[in-house]
Amino acid sequence: MSLDIFATRPETSAKAETPAATKIAVRNLDFFYGHFHALKSINLDIADRRITAFIGPSGCGKSTLLRTLNRMYSLYPGQRAEGEIRFNGRNVLDARVDLNMLRAKIGMVFQKPTPFPMSIYDNIAFGVRLYERLSPRAMDERVEWALTKAAMWSEARDKLKQSGMALSGGQQQRLCIARAVAVKPEVLLLDEPTSALDPISTAKIEELVNELKSEYTIAIVTHNMQQAARVSDFTAYMYLGELIEFGATDELFLKPQRKETEDYITGRFG
Amino acid sequence: MSSGTAAGVPTIIDALPPRAAGSVDKMPDPHPKSVGFQDLFFRWFTRFFAFLVLVILAGILLSLVYGSLPAIQRFGFGFLVDSTWNPVTEKFGALVPIIGTLVTSAIALLIGVPVSFGIALFLTELSPPWLKRPLGTAVELLAAIPSIIYGMWGLFVLAPLFADHVQPWLIGTLGALPLVGALFKGPPQGIGVLTAGFVLAIMVIPFIAAVMRDVFEVVPAVLKESAYGIGCTTWEVVRNVVLPYTRIGVIGGIMLGLGRALGETMAVTFLIGNAHQLSASILAPGNSIASALANEFTEAVGDVYTSSLIELGLILFLITFVVLALAKLLLLQLAKGEGRKT
Amino acid sequence: MRSLYLRRLAMNRFNLAMSLLAMLFGIAFLFWILYTLAAAGFHAFSPALFSQMTPPPGSKGGLLNAIVGSLLMATMGTLIGTPVGIFAGIYLAEYGSRGWVAPATRFINDILLSAPSIIIGLFVYQIYVFQVKHFSAWAGSFALALIVIPIVVRTTENMLKLVPDSLREAAFALGTPQWKVITMVTLRSVRAGVITGVLLAVARISGETAPLLFTALNNQFWTIDLNAPMSNLPVVIFQFAMSPYDDWQRLAWAGSLLITLAVLGLNIMARLFFRQRTPN
Repeated sequence: MSLDIFATRPETSAKAETPAATKIAVRNLDFFYGHFHALKSINLDIADRRITAFIGPSGCGKSTLLRTLNRMYSLYPGQRAEGEIRFNGRNVLDARVDLNMLRAKIGMVFQKPTPFPMSIYDNIAFGVRLYERLSPRAMDERVEWALTKAAMWSEARDKLKQSGMALSGGQQQRLCIARAVAVKPEVLLLDEPTSALDPISTAKIEELVNELKSEYTIAIVTHNMQQAARVSDFTAYMYLGELIEFGATDELFLKPQRKETEDYITGRFG
Repeated sequence: MSSGTAAGVPTIIDALPPRAAGSVDKMPDPHPKSVGFQDLFFRWFTRFFAFLVLVILAGILLSLVYGSLPAIQRFGFGFLVDSTWNPVTEKFGALVPIIGTLVTSAIALLIGVPVSFGIALFLTELSPPWLKRPLGTAVELLAAIPSIIYGMWGLFVLAPLFADHVQPWLIGTLGALPLVGALFKGPPQGIGVLTAGFVLAIMVIPFIAAVMRDVFEVVPAVLKESAYGIGCTTWEVVRNVVLPYTRIGVIGGIMLGLGRALGETMAVTFLIGNAHQLSASILAPGNSIASALANEFTEAVGDVYTSSLIELGLILFLITFVVLALAKLLLLQLAKGEGRKT
Repeated sequence: MRSLYLRRLAMNRFNLAMSLLAMLFGIAFLFWILYTLAAAGFHAFSPALFSQMTPPPGSKGGLLNAIVGSLLMATMGTLIGTPVGIFAGIYLAEYGSRGWVAPATRFINDILLSAPSIIIGLFVYQIYVFQVKHFSAWAGSFALALIVIPIVVRTTENMLKLVPDSLREAAFALGTPQWKVITMVTLRSVRAGVITGVLLAVARISGETAPLLFTALNNQFWTIDLNAPMSNLPVVIFQFAMSPYDDWQRLAWAGSLLITLAVLGLNIMARLFFRQRTPN
C-alpha cells in the first residue's frame, strides 16, 4: 500500500503544506562488516527539509545506515557497501566521488560530543576554513551565525577564545552542531545526539533540531522512541539489518502496518 | 524505477537538483585532485621516516660488519674462543670480554630477578594504595639515573665497601667451601666482576620490576579471588595463580633486563677492572665488551686492533639483538593473548 | 593438619617479609646514591664551576665548557631526532594498519630503544667520524639524535593511539582531508603527551656517555664550533674520575651532581607537565 506523503501534519506551519521531495534516495543498499551482512536491501527516501528518524533495537543497523550516507565507513578497510545512494544526481557509493566534498555537504554529529582541541571560535572556523576564504570579519559573523543557530550564542559569546573542551556536555554537543552547521551543508546526520546528555540538554537540542529542519534535511538515529515521535516527520523502523517499516511518524506510531513495528513500539519487544 | 520492497516508500523518486542559487554563499571547491595529492604526499612523507628507522638498524649492522672484516679475515672463528689480547703482537681474541659480559649479566640477573620480583609483589599485593604511586615513581627514578652516575657511586662508595667488608667476608665463608670456593678466591680489591655485576643488578631491577608489575596488575581479580576463596594465603595465590598466569610476561621482562645488562657500558667500565685475563674467581678483575670498547677504542692504533674492537661491538650487537627480539616476541605474544597490542 | 597450616602461614609471612625487604633494598640504594651525590657533589660546588673551563691536572677550574658543550649537543640532538620520531610515530599510529612497514618499524624501533648506546657511538664513528677524519660535536649530536628517535617514536605512537576514533571521525565528517585531520586535530589533542615524550628523551640523553666517547670526544678548551671535538659533562666525568688527581675527582663529583639534577629534574617536570595538561 503506498503511503500518501502529501498528507500534512495537522499543527505545523505553511512549510509542511508543500510536498516533500526526496533529498537522498537509498536503493537496494547492502552493507558488510567483513563477511557479516549488516544491512539487507534497504530502500527508502529521505525527504528534503524534513526530519527522518531511524529507530530499532541495538544492533539493528540504524547507525550503520547513517554512516553509509556520508561514506564514513570508507575510513575502515573491510567495511563495504553495495547498491545505490542517490544524492544531488550522483551515486554516493561510487568510487569516484570526492569524499571530502561529499562530507562538506552531508554533515554529521556523533553520540559522544567531540570538540576539537582548540578554542570555541576555532572549532567552528576550522571547517569553514577548509572550503572558504573569509575575511576576519566575515568569519566572525559566520561563527556568530553558527552559534546562534545552535542556540549557543549568548552562552558562548564571552568564551570564544576558551577551549571547546571546557564546556559542559550539553554545550559541547551544541558546539558540535554549530560546527556542523557552519559549513552550510545540505544534510545533517545526527547519530544518537542526545543519548550522552541530561534531559534538559536533550530538550534544548530537540528544540534546536526542530528549528533547523526548515533549512536542512535531517536524519536522526535514536534509541529513544519518544524522541522520534516528538521530533521527526518520517520514521523508519529497522530490525536485524532490514527496514521493517517506513512512513510518516504519526501514522507509524498510531497505526503501524507491521506487527513487528507494533511490538517494538508498544514495548512488547526490544 | 520501482518503489522497492518495504511498504510505505514515498513515490517521488527524482532527486532534487543541487541547492537553489542565492540561498547560500558560494562554496569554491578546492580542486579535488590537489587534496588527494596532499594526502598522498603526507602519507609517503611519514612513511619515509618510519622507513628511516629500519635503515638505521641496517646501517648499524652493515657498518659493524664492514668494520670487522679485517679482523674476521685475520682471525676467523677462533676469535671467539681466544683469550689473547695483545696490541703489540696484534693478536686478539674475544673470549675474555665475552665471558666478562656474560658473567656480569648473569650476576646481575641472579641478584636482580628475585629483588625485582619482590618489588613487583610488594607494589601489587602488599602496598597500601597511597604508597603505590610514590614507590612506583621511586623505582622509575632508579631507572632514570644515568650509567655514569652508577659508575661514580660504585667506584668511590661501593667498591671500597666491598673491598673492606663484603669481599673478605665472602672469602672467609663461601671461599672456604670445596667447589664454590674457587669463585671467591683472590685479594679483595673491591673492583672486579662481582662488584660490576652487583651494580648492574641495581640498574636492571627497575626495568624488570616495571614489566613484572605491569603483568601482575592485569591478572583478573576473579582468578585471584577464587584462590583466596578456598583459603589460600597471599603467597600461595601469587605462586600458584599469578606467576603461572604471567609466566610469559615475566620471562619477557627478564629478557629485557638481560638485554640492558649486556649493553651497559659506563658503570661496568668503572668497576670491572679492565684486565684482559680470565679467572675463575668473580672477585678478580675482568673485562666486558662494552668496557673494552670504552677504554681502548680511541687509543687503538692499527687496522687490526681497531677492527678487532669493532668485531667485539658486532658480537655485542648481535647478542643483544637476539635477546631483545626474543623478549619483544614473547611480550607481543602475551599481548595478543589479551587482545591488545603492546 | 595444624602443623601444615602453621607451616603455610610461616611461608606466607616469610615471603611477604622478603618482598618488603626487596622494596626497601631498592629504595635504600636510590637514597644512598642520591645522598652520596648530594654530599660529594655539594662539597665540590662553587661558582667557579660555571665560570671556568676544565683545568689541566693539578689545578683548579670549572666545568663551563663541558656544561655548554652538553647543552649544545643535547639541543642539537633533540632538534634533529624529534621531528624524525614524531613523523615516524604518526605513520605507525595513523597509517599503520596495512602493509609491512609499520609492524617491522615498530619491532625494530623497540629493539633500538634498548640497544647498547656504545654501539650507536660506534656506528656514528664508522659512517661519519672515520669518513671525515675528525671528531666533532655534529657527530656527537647525531649520535644523541639516534637515541632520541626511538623514544619519541614510541611515545608519539602510544599517545596517538589513545585518541578515540570519534574525534577523527568528527573531523572527517566536516570534509577535512586526512593529513589535516592528523596534524590539526589528532596530533594536537595529544600535544602534551608528545612533549612529555620529548622531555623524557632529553632527560635520557643528558646522561649518556658512551655515544659521545668516539664522536664528540672531548675538548680541554672552550669552543662552540660544532665541527670540532666538544667538551661534555659525561666524558669529562669519565676522564676525571678515573684519574688519580683530587681536583679532578672533585670536579667529577660536581659534574655528576649537575647531571643527576638535570636528569631527575627533567623527569619529574615531564611527569608533572603531563599530569597537569592532560584533561581527564
